[in-house]
Amino acid sequence: MKDDNSHGAPRTVPIQSATFTNPINAEIRRAAATGIYDIRGGGAKRKLPHFDDLLFLGASISRYPLEGYREKCETSVTLGTRFASKPIKLDIPVTIAGMSFGALSGPAKEALGRGATLAGTSTTTGDGGMTEEERGHSNKLVYQYLPSRYGMNPDDLRRCDAIEVVVGQGAKPGGGGMLLGQKISDRVAEMRNLPKGIDQRSACRHPDWTGPDDLEIKILELREITGWEKPIYIKVGGARPYFDTTLAVKAGADVVVLDGMQGGTAATQDVFIENVGQPILACIREAVRALEDMGMHREVQLIVSGGIRTGADVAKCMAMGADAVAIGTAALIALGDNDPKWEAEYNALGTTAGAYDDWHEGQDPAGITTQNPELMARFDPIEGGRRLNNYLKVMTLEAQTIARACGKNHLHNLEPEDLCALTLEAAAMAKIPLAGTDWYPGKPGTSY
Amino acid sequence: MQTFDLEAQGLRQLNATLHAQADDTNQTAWEVVNPRGSHAIAVGLDAPIEVNVKGSTGYYCGGMNKQATINVHGSVGPGVAENMMSGMVVIEGDASQYAGATGHGGTLVIKGNASSRCGISMKGIDIIVHGNIGHMSAFMAQSGNLVVCGDAGEALGDSLYEAKLFVRGSVKSLGADCIEKEMRPEHTEILRDLLERGGCDAKPEEFKRYGSARQLYNFNIDNAY
Ligand SMILES: Cc1cc2nc3c(=O)[nH]c(=O)nc-3n(C[C@H](O)[C@H](O)[C@H](O)COP(=O)(O)O)c2cc1C
Repeated sequence: MKDDNSHGAPRTVPIQSATFTNPINAEIRRAAATGIYDIRGGGAKRKLPHFDDLLFLGASISRYPLEGYREKCETSVTLGTRFASKPIKLDIPVTIAGMSFGALSGPAKEALGRGATLAGTSTTTGDGGMTEEERGHSNKLVYQYLPSRYGMNPDDLRRCDAIEVVVGQGAKPGGGGMLLGQKISDRVAEMRNLPKGIDQRSACRHPDWTGPDDLEIKILELREITGWEKPIYIKVGGARPYFDTTLAVKAGADVVVLDGMQGGTAATQDVFIENVGQPILACIREAVRALEDMGMHREVQLIVSGGIRTGADVAKCMAMGADAVAIGTAALIALGDNDPKWEAEYNALGTTAGAYDDWHEGQDPAGITTQNPELMARFDPIEGGRRLNNYLKVMTLEAQTIARACGKNHLHNLEPEDLCALTLEAAAMAKIPLAGTDWYPGKPGTSY
Repeated sequence: MQTFDLEAQGLRQLNATLHAQADDTNQTAWEVVNPRGSHAIAVGLDAPIEVNVKGSTGYYCGGMNKQATINVHGSVGPGVAENMMSGMVVIEGDASQYAGATGHGGTLVIKGNASSRCGISMKGIDIIVHGNIGHMSAFMAQSGNLVVCGDAGEALGDSLYEAKLFVRGSVKSLGADCIEKEMRPEHTEILRDLLERGGCDAKPEEFKRYGSARQLYNFNIDNAY
């Protein structure tokens, strides 16, 4: 670039601040104009150490692979083997995460049930209770037990296949929920016992227990109500994975669900999504270490989530010791959320396909995160279910391809030794050797 | 009358036996002896039976009750009748924290005092307390009625939605968005019925009504553009 001499003496060229960037400044102006923080859906958008920073080594002279298209590579997983008399057996280790009816439309919940059932996996209710659409179309349905207890009732507890006690979510460990008035239709209001059209807050803390000792008694109650049949999951956000996993197991969990900070949410403050919690990459090995320290790895199953997109991500989670994964955002995209075919309408809402995250406002052009009957009518739950099934199938095939290349006849046989890390950060967080070395920061017996 | 010895037969057996009672059971009267502060006694019942617990209980007695009448001849630990759907739970003694939490229906009567967070997030249940209630009671209470014949502790009805609160004695302080409201004839009628159901001899005219100012119902956005 030439120096600017056009105004006489040479001048310093305009330099944009790396601290006060244009998006930051725009946010300051927005805050100054409106007096309210930004609320949005989705997960952390900032770049974080993630599964992309890990690679598989594949087979070599010392490890031989399985034949790609012929030799068996199992994908099933059984959840809830510790205490439940009726554990859940899934054909694939990719489950559908809890997403609330209210945030999602009834037909979207139906599509999740259809797709998951076709693929042989489970789906999960969410804040707002269980709908007939999803119970009817989900072969295996996990019923969330949340602080708000919206729609909670013993009949649904008895007709679910597993119970998930939600302590936290990766997008907002320590935070509650929010459903803005625009989305409180008659049906949503009735299920939540609240007036129509008001902004609904979901509490961040359970109303009738605090701490791990109480949680143990709460789990006893839930088991007594349901005759000790159902697996009980405890879901935590990625905050202190070692201790949270330890305490969840101590409290009597059959399954621990661990959601990292990339995990999506229906609606939370942007400042919360971007600044609280740990990336899932940093959480998995710590949770597994906690399970191993208690002699509970595989006995209590670990489901991880937060930014899982591909079969490679799934395989990496399994190699680090998870038993299964859960997907939220990716499932919505498979259904058609943020599809560029609605670009003109995204533009009209002041956004663009891929960036649309105002799910809480209920104007979703794709008809998924809305309660508006006209928009909902755009979404076909049968087609949505088909698409989700296809996507889940692809993820599974991808994970199997990698596992076979590593010589594994079950996804659960993948192991940390199959991985290397591309960056120092990823190596330290995942406790996986940096590529080209046998070392990661903090490796026992080594110095920095 | 069927008698169940909790100490001898165990909790699992108790709840399984009570769950096995169908709508048309002839075994409509049960007595549970030796509760000894056990948790989760008579939870998830769903039949028109009467259960008399002879002694005090731990957490979540009568949790998620439907249809049944449960009388506790003693005091109860935290979360009595939590998330109750219908039926009736009567406590002769005192109740610990979170009594009637998130209850959707039915009636909870506490003849002694109730501790903090009584009626938290209640969603339609009626709670009648003969004595006093502790701090943060009726926090985020959505619907239903809470009647307190004694005094209420700090921050009553914080972030209240549409639940109606009736207090005869003093209120130490009101929580955010909770205000005193006019007692109109229809409220007196509701209260008269509740007092009768709860076996209280207090008069509706002695109570004050508290409810939501509804100022927190929507985000207050200073959007000048
Ligand atoms: C639209 C939406 C609604 C959600 N609602 C809930 C909920 O009701 N309860 C819950 O525990 N988590 C909820 N979550 C979080 C998911 O269960 C899951 O933790 C997260 O989506 C996983 O991360 P991912 O979106 O990157 O796959 C929601 C997520 C989304 C995207």
